[in-house]
Amino acid sequence: MEGEELTEQETALYDRQIRVWGVDAQRRLSKSHILVSGLKGTAVEFCKNIILAGVGSLTLNDDRPVTNELLSANFLVPPAEDIYAEKSLAELCCDSLKDFNPMVRVSVQKGDLSSFGVDFFDGFDAVIVSCCSLTSKKLVNEKCRKSSKRVAFYIVDCRDSCGEIFVDLQDYAYSKKKVEEMVECTLQYTSFEESIAIPWRTLPRRVSKLYFAMRVIERFEEHEGRNPGDTSIADLPTVLNLRKEMCEAHSFSESQIPDALLERLLAGRREFPPVCAIIGGILGQEVIKGISGKGEPIKNFFFFDVMDGKGIIEDISKTNE
Amino acid sequence: MGSELQSSAIKAAKVLMVGAGGIGCELLKTLALSGFQDIHIIDMDTIEVSNLNRQFLFRQFHVGQSKAKVARDAVLKFRPDISITPYHANVKDPDFNVDFFKQFSVVLNGLDNLDARRHVNRLCLAAGVPLVESGTTGFLGQVTVHVKGKTECYECQPKPAPKTYPVCTITSTPSKFVHCIVWAKDLLFAKLFGDQNQDNDLNVHSSDASGSSGHLDVFERKKDEDIQQYGRRIYDHVFGYNIELALSNEDTWKNRVRPRPIYSKDVLPDDQIEQNGNVDKTAVSADLSSISAMASLGLKNPQDFWSLAENSKVFLEALKLFFMKREKEIGNLVFDKDDQLAVEFVTAAANIRASSFGIPLHSLFEAKGIAGNIVHAVATTNAIIAGLIVIEAIKVLQNDVQNYRMTYCLEHPSRKMLLMPVEPFEPNKSCYVCSETPLSLEINTRRSKLRDFVEKIVKAKLGMNLPLVMHGSALLYEVGDDLEEDMVANYAANLEKVLAELPSPVTGGTILTVEDLQQELICNINITHREGFDEEKEPDGMILSGWTPAPTPEVEKNNGASTDNGASSSSVSQSVTLETVDDDDLEIVPAGTPNGKKRKSSDNATNETGEERKQKTIDEDGVIETLDESDSKKKQKVQ
Repeated sequence: MEGEELTEQETALYDRQIRVWGVDAQRRLSKSHILVSGLKGTAVEFCKNIILAGVGSLTLNDDRPVTNELLSANFLVPPAEDIYAEKSLAELCCDSLKDFNPMVRVSVQKGDLSSFGVDFFDGFDAVIVSCCSLTSKKLVNEKCRKSSKRVAFYIVDCRDSCGEIFVDLQDYAYSKKKVEEMVECTLQYTSFEESIAIPWRTLPRRVSKLYFAMRVIERFEEHEGRNPGDTSIADLPTVLNLRKEMCEAHSFSESQIPDALLERLLAGRREFPPVCAIIGGILGQEVIKGISGKGEPIKNFFFFDVMDGKGIIEDISKTNE
Repeated sequence: MGSELQSSAIKAAKVLMVGAGGIGCELLKTLALSGFQDIHIIDMDTIEVSNLNRQFLFRQFHVGQSKAKVARDAVLKFRPDISITPYHANVKDPDFNVDFFKQFSVVLNGLDNLDARRHVNRLCLAAGVPLVESGTTGFLGQVTVHVKGKTECYECQPKPAPKTYPVCTITSTPSKFVHCIVWAKDLLFAKLFGDQNQDNDLNVHSSDASGSSGHLDVFERKKDEDIQQYGRRIYDHVFGYNIELALSNEDTWKNRVRPRPIYSKDVLPDDQIEQNGNVDKTAVSADLSSISAMASLGLKNPQDFWSLAENSKVFLEALKLFFMKREKEIGNLVFDKDDQLAVEFVTAAANIRASSFGIPLHSLFEAKGIAGNIVHAVATTNAIIAGLIVIEAIKVLQNDVQNYRMTYCLEHPSRKMLLMPVEPFEPNKSCYVCSETPLSLEINTRRSKLRDFVEKIVKAKLGMNLPLVMHGSALLYEVGDDLEEDMVANYAANLEKVLAELPSPVTGGTILTVEDLQQELICNINITHREGFDEEKEPDGMILSGWTPAPTPEVEKNNGASTDNGASSSSVSQSVTLETVDDDDLEIVPAGTPNGKKRKSSDNATNETGEERKQKTIDEDGVIETLDESDSKKKQKVQ
């Protein structure tokens, strides 16, 4: 890849990671622009990782005022103080993230992401949304897909001690090492809307139960007009009804979505910091792969649950007919 | 999550973290966010620029300060109400004894070297405190749980010995670039700039014809010898004359490609030598780190591959700069990966030698990585591993033995998993550290001195810090601050005696007891007398068994990682060791292990066979070598 060389300062700072992914990847990273919306603990972990990696710019979007709950897994902002009244969560995170790497431009974009036009998303190489409604996920994903250039799209969320990542790289080419040489590979991704519309009964057996449980909760919040994550154990009866409905529609056994799992997801409003670190780390690696075009990316879901300790990839895509 | 039981266990816990580096920064942050209230953290290192890409609690202006202390301050900013106690110290300091360890509920390791890991393992065993151990390199990592009597200890699986190369491979028949690096660093650099009293094999194998004994040392700069001339003389001697000499031994080359002698006049005719007017003694006050042969030759990019001519220029220029700008250090220099001029010299010398032997040349960036054993490290893996450590630590606090897992963080999914949990092993009944199994030692008791035994076995192999050696009730050797003078003299005398002539003679059939008072570790060693040893294959001249390090797999890429902290413990060892400062376990997942046991994946349902993965983890930032994929590095052909 041509383009200007890394500066001496960059070479010194990034020495250890250049030894992992090479100079070309580092150069591509330093020219990339990332947008992150929804700044709870997992997204904050991701922001830290991607800033340390040395992306060109990071744009933050989250207009919510700061509450102690929002900060429960946030290491950027001290526990809520009065002075925060004037600043949004994104602004406070931005102030702190700027110090992590002076070579990365960190800024705030106000407003509702789903209301922005396609040309807004043109300015980014990767868009990551978190704590986001079902409608917004679909909308932002579509806008990324309509962009004139390929904009990678990711969804990330943690509930209780579970985490989920969704990846849409559209038509993606990358190189990976096979025995002694690099081979070029391609992957076709399915949009979020299309992925979740795939009938459950047609999915391979043993797909992570977390996948189905997250869809039920997501649908529940959408139906009830709840903010993402604004749930409690009191919602269980309604959620169990919804599970029944959805399973019937998919001709799918309800036993695949255990009550206990739904209970955990509903009750665990706060993120579990170790899971934020794990999911934010995996997502960081994925975005680095996606930008550098090196290494096999996740296609197209990733799940982690402390209960079994597995970090597992599931491919829930349209098959090429 | 967040059950009452769990949060009270977290609040009540007193945690010791060892290491505030790549994993440590992430771990301290995640512990604090998870509600831990009382955290102690030990790290002897200070902050360096190359840490800043992942050790996110540190900033540029912290460079040079204590990692433990800066990490504490940074975390207190977002969790001001918790207690963090930093120690800017070596975990092997005697202050950190068994009693110190006993105060903690759990110990969490984020270390970067085998030695410290073994030490902490022993203290945890002696104090009865559970240990959560970890390591990362690049995108790979692992977390393991060690609870005395319940799971294997850190040393139940033998660790691979540091990678060493036979002397003759280094001195006469290099076949890989790393051999050239070892030669350039441990032999040539050490010979020219290091301690002259050190043994050095640089000339040994060039037969008796050379000026080895009696004559003036060929490497010494003659009085008033022009520096340019001196450089060319050294160049011609090591890359020309010595190669000719080696070639004269026809047997060596029967099945090998014959090397090509290289003389400076062929590569750099006189008129090509740039007389650099700016090299004069007026600039002595300049910052040492800014003295660079690359800079004076106008070579900018450390990623570039230099031609043979360029390498030769760098070689001569670097040698000249050492003599003109850093003359005072000559005789005391030890290779340091952060010493720009030293790295330039070693890169150039290794490349010229590689060129002789038809080995692909490497860039300065790559050569520095090999010579300095530089680890590959990224923030994301450390963050993931730190998260996994906290998860295991919480299980340990709740004594949730059934759910302890060792977890691998993989680069390529295995059975769809990037994070793969595996059930921990039971303690190895023949482990000399956590069970009381005697070891056996074959040694020539009439030739080996007690010193050889102490250095090569007690310290190097058994990893003891403050050892004591006993034969029955007779003390042969002991280390400590509070010894009587006459005892110190006594022990010093014993060290120089061969085993069979000690006051209490050690011969075949003797049982020696070796003890480390700090680690509270005792083991018995059955001695067998043996006359001869193969110099190449058994360079120690003694063989320890009962606990035998597994054979090191061919480590192509990394030849052992290193401390990430610039503690360049480079040693000019006689057996030419490329010191593997940070190596680790040999793990086989999920199939058989060296003991033939099975590691059970916690996923019992599917057990696809044929997916055997052999992994070698090296350090906090160490390396996991996977045998099922070989790493092809772009190498430039010799020009």
